[in-house]
Amino acid sequence: MSPGVIQALVLRHLYLYRRNPIRLVELLFWPIMEMMVWGNLSVWLDKSKGGAQIPTFIPYLIGGVILWDVLFRAQQAVAISFLEDVWTKNLVNILVAPVRPLEYVISGCIVGLLRIGVTVIVLSILAASAFHFNVLQFHWNLVPFFGLLMLFGWTLGLISSALILRWGQGAESLAWAVPFLIQPVAAVYYPIGDLPWWAQTLGWLLPCTPVFEGMRGVLSHGTADLRLLGLSVVSNLVWMAFGAGIYLYVLNAGRRNGTLTRVTSH
Amino acid sequence: MAGVIIVTGSPGKPAADADADCLWNAIARPRGPVTDHGMSEPVLVVDRLHRMFGESVALENLSFSLSRGEVVGLLGANGAGKTTAMSIILGLTTATSGSVSIFGMDPLKNRIAVLRRTNYASAYTDLPGNLSVAQNLRVFAGIYGVKKPVPKIHELLEMLEIAHLKDRTTGHLSAGESTRLHLCKALLNDPELLLLDEPTASLDPDIADKVRKILRRIQQERGIAILYTSHNMRDIEEVCDRVIFMHQGKVVTEGSPAQVISRFNETSMEDVFIRIVRDGDLEAVGK
Ligand SMILES: Nc1ncnc2c1ncn2[C@@H]1O[C@H](COP(=O)(O)OP(=O)(O)OP(=O)(O)O)[C@@H](O)[C@H]1O
Ligand SMILES: [Mg+2]
Repeated sequence: MSPGVIQALVLRHLYLYRRNPIRLVELLFWPIMEMMVWGNLSVWLDKSKGGAQIPTFIPYLIGGVILWDVLFRAQQAVAISFLEDVWTKNLVNILVAPVRPLEYVISGCIVGLLRIGVTVIVLSILAASAFHFNVLQFHWNLVPFFGLLMLFGWTLGLISSALILRWGQGAESLAWAVPFLIQPVAAVYYPIGDLPWWAQTLGWLLPCTPVFEGMRGVLSHGTADLRLLGLSVVSNLVWMAFGAGIYLYVLNAGRRNGTLTRVTSH
Repeated sequence: MAGVIIVTGSPGKPAADADADCLWNAIARPRGPVTDHGMSEPVLVVDRLHRMFGESVALENLSFSLSRGEVVGLLGANGAGKTTAMSIILGLTTATSGSVSIFGMDPLKNRIAVLRRTNYASAYTDLPGNLSVAQNLRVFAGIYGVKKPVPKIHELLEMLEIAHLKDRTTGHLSAGESTRLHLCKALLNDPELLLLDEPTASLDPDIADKVRKILRRIQQERGIAILYTSHNMRDIEEVCDRVIFMHQGKVVTEGSPAQVISRFNETSMEDVFIRIVRDGDLEAVGK
């Protein structure tokens, strides 16, 4: 693996953001909007605390929304950095260059990490000034959960990229829908125990389900269930291998049936 | 440089050249098939390539080789299979049967090693339109591991006369300017094998002429092997040492432009082209 190649592929995205600041708006717009909505809701809940007891489902819901966003944004970051090359018809140049698929995928993940980094910094500043919310008082137990969701988001991004590679830009909307395909069984907003058995089985096959379950544990009694974390780590590794397998399969199938050149040039 | 000697050599080869060749063979050349030019080890060998797309045949029994310092033109009507052949050589498409060997290696097994020493430019791809010209070249210089990217990029931009456009947004270039940028990208890694799919499409006659001269020059100076497709017969006559005429996926005739023109009793490549395309499968006509 060549660090120089990965660096060059990341550089391409840094140039993109530097040259087109409007792209940064997209990076910050949704998180800021969500922050305003959920921040205001929290403030209101805090104020009304003196009166009635806040139902437990409220923090569950907010936690679910925030964590789901982590997963969704990570998936998007990888899919967008791939689409960037599809949109600009640059993919052929990459495919005929000495770039290994793994180097390409890693560069997409690094770009995703940088994007999340920027988002977190800006949101923390905003949260501190607008809602007097200090990230340092945050539930630090949730950090590993963020990491695990990000990993799974990247894997889903890889699978989305594979869909586009196979079916071309027509599959773009399908690629956006990938995370929502799993949402119903991933127990994002409700405990998995309330689902029918078959949905529970499907749900436990996903690395994000233990995370959402664990998040509710942290919110209700402050500690993270290490078994859930472990399950998510293992499941993430299996899914990553699966995602990489699909991607490589589609790449090679594209070479075999000649669709690769159709997707990548005009 | 063996390639250049032979490219410019006369049919009645002087003894000194032959001796030099023998010596070269003895000391430097790895063993392997020799082309019809009796040149050095071929850079590219395409052997009985066959490609089907469903029921239709895109390539049928395509064989040819390309030596160091040689420019070969792949000609044929729209749909003849030129781009398909290039895609197979580049590993973008696989062959239904047959094989490709580049620098003596199987490109499917040694993809990275082969691609480091190869490059490609086509009228059908773009570079990211939202980056500047220089940024795009810096990214690809990084990808190809160019040692001193800044002077290299400068040199290429100067050579293709687009240095004044280096800060221009790539998407805002005119077609001819972006073609020249593609050529810069394709020359970044000093490739030993260069595949050009209609590189002069959309160039004005002045720039097209300059590009032909540049290609000739780098081919002579650096001994690059170039596989070239173009619908511009002037290009072909000026740039190519040898042409391969394809029709419906098959090779119809092959030789130097002058040989092919005289074989068909025509006065120009353009006339040969029209005859081949209109008369269909014409091995007989060619003889
Ligand atoms: N991916 C594909 N799927 C199906 N058919 C294809 C595919 N790629 C090429 N073909 C068919 O193979 C044949 C050869 O196409 P190719 O693009 O190689 O022609 P070409 O010689 O490059 O033509 P042009 O001069 O128009 O560029 C055509 O009939 C084309 O329709
Ligand atoms: Mg073509």
